[in-house]
Amino acid sequence: MTRLALFGGIYSNYRALEAALADARRRGADAVYCLGDLGAFGPYPDRVFPLLRSHGVRCLQGNYDNSLAGGLEDCQCGYTDPRDNYFARISYGYTFKNTSAENKFWLGTLPMSVRLEAAGRRVLLCHGSPRKMNEFLWESTSPDAFLEYLLDESHADILCVTHTGIKWHRPLSRGRHVVNVGVLGRPENDGTTGVWYTLLTVESTGVKAEFVPVSYDYQGLAADMRAERLPEEFVETITTGWWTTCLEVLPHKERALGRY
Amino acid sequence: MNCPTLQLTHLDNLWFQVSGTLCNIACTHCFNNSGPNVRTFGFLSLETVRDEVETARSLGVKEIFFTGGEPFLHPELFDMLALALEHAPTTVLTNGLLINDRLADRLAEMERNSRYSLEIRISLDGYTEQMNDAIRGVGVFRQAMAAVARLSHRGLLPLVTIVRTWSEEEELATLAAFAEALRDSGYARPRIKVLPSLPLGRELERASFTSTDDLLTEEMLEDYDRSLLMCSNTRLVTDRGVWVCPLLVEKPDARLGSTLLDSRSGYELRHNACVTCYHYGTICGNVSSLIEGPAELSRSQDGTPR
Repeated sequence: MTRLALFGGIYSNYRALEAALADARRRGADAVYCLGDLGAFGPYPDRVFPLLRSHGVRCLQGNYDNSLAGGLEDCQCGYTDPRDNYFARISYGYTFKNTSAENKFWLGTLPMSVRLEAAGRRVLLCHGSPRKMNEFLWESTSPDAFLEYLLDESHADILCVTHTGIKWHRPLSRGRHVVNVGVLGRPENDGTTGVWYTLLTVESTGVKAEFVPVSYDYQGLAADMRAERLPEEFVETITTGWWTTCLEVLPHKERALGRY
Repeated sequence: MNCPTLQLTHLDNLWFQVSGTLCNIACTHCFNNSGPNVRTFGFLSLETVRDEVETARSLGVKEIFFTGGEPFLHPELFDMLALALEHAPTTVLTNGLLINDRLADRLAEMERNSRYSLEIRISLDGYTEQMNDAIRGVGVFRQAMAAVARLSHRGLLPLVTIVRTWSEEEELATLAAFAEALRDSGYARPRIKVLPSLPLGRELERASFTSTDDLLTEEMLEDYDRSLLMCSNTRLVTDRGVWVCPLLVEKPDARLGSTLLDSRSGYELRHNACVTCYHYGTICGNVSSLIEGPAELSRSQDGTPR
């Protein structure tokens, strides 16, 4: 049996990261993986790096990490709405300025994907999708047939992704699975302040994807964000659980569940 | 001159020209010249839609779109939407004129019962009656706004699509005015998608395109993300065969075969509209096409983001 703790999108939320790592250790995870996007949105981006290193978290490169490491002009989130772009620029500019050169370099050394073998099953971890780092795999716009195609093409039995910020799990044919492991950085637009990580248990008899709720000191994070003069719109998301920006990429079902 | 040829990487997007070119209005910028009594393309049969949805499913399709003309003119559209939604997220592109209370009820029910997202895309071309109706016809603004309100009262969040007919400097103010007009009509959290204007159909006569001689070259595609071009991931089913993309439906050379299965060959990008697609990327998808064209993913001299 292999038990993996998986999450993505830390978005500089070092407080949620600390809580999730403690929880994963308590639950006896064999290994912990971060599927990318270490920075963005939150305060003090350099604070997540020592935590990741001291806990031996294996990290993948997300679009944000790729942009920071390469000195790109934006986060490659693909926003086109002027308001979304306005906030994305603030977030990216802040994170770029406050991430050390050493940490940026390290982000550039991270792999885009990781392949594992667990209980005889081929596991593929990546950020967006196996074919594109910033492809959004939302639950309501990822049909079974398309996911089967991705598994076939990437020669995987279990595919784990993040990037969208909202978790889901889809069992497919021949015991195969696709899991969006969710993010630690911000709540998932459901009006609650908690965040989530995934415990993936792989056995020869079956696969279990358990979504683990993480409560953390979100008031402390909100205070940090205000101290760093990050937009009040970002703070509101942390304290209410509703997304306030970058909503244009949400498909209908996911958008309709939120407040904005 | 040889233009680059693009292969179909994967069928992500399946489009149906479901009502052909039959429409209940005749917008001045329509890229495929649809209008009342325009029968360049006809209605698709339910059997064709069923067969091609099945083929697309077997190929691993990601999204399905219904366009026209005006899709709601087709009497079997709801049966077709149900077929499509069973297998993939589905979008209908409409002018909204036929969306009455009964139809809005059916759409809301269909959306509620589906695993996948159902998107209703409603076209507008101005945030006032005067601006919009100059392009889309008398009375269209009020009817389209009423349709948006009907859907939104039932929990649906239609995507309002607008062809960009303003300058870059006017962009922010124009989008804000659209959002305000939509909120005033009862749509509390409007979703807006902006489309570039295309050198095709009636728009070619209406607007003055300064560079209609421009064609794509191999050099332009070097280091370019080809997945932004619809032809790499899209096919359009019509009653006269399968076309490479929704935009080139009036170009006979863009017809690739009679069914999806025999229309997966590559296509030479030999039209001006291919350049528009190149500059803006993913024009036909549900997320807005890029406002300034795709950003150059380049490194600045001192390593700081530009």
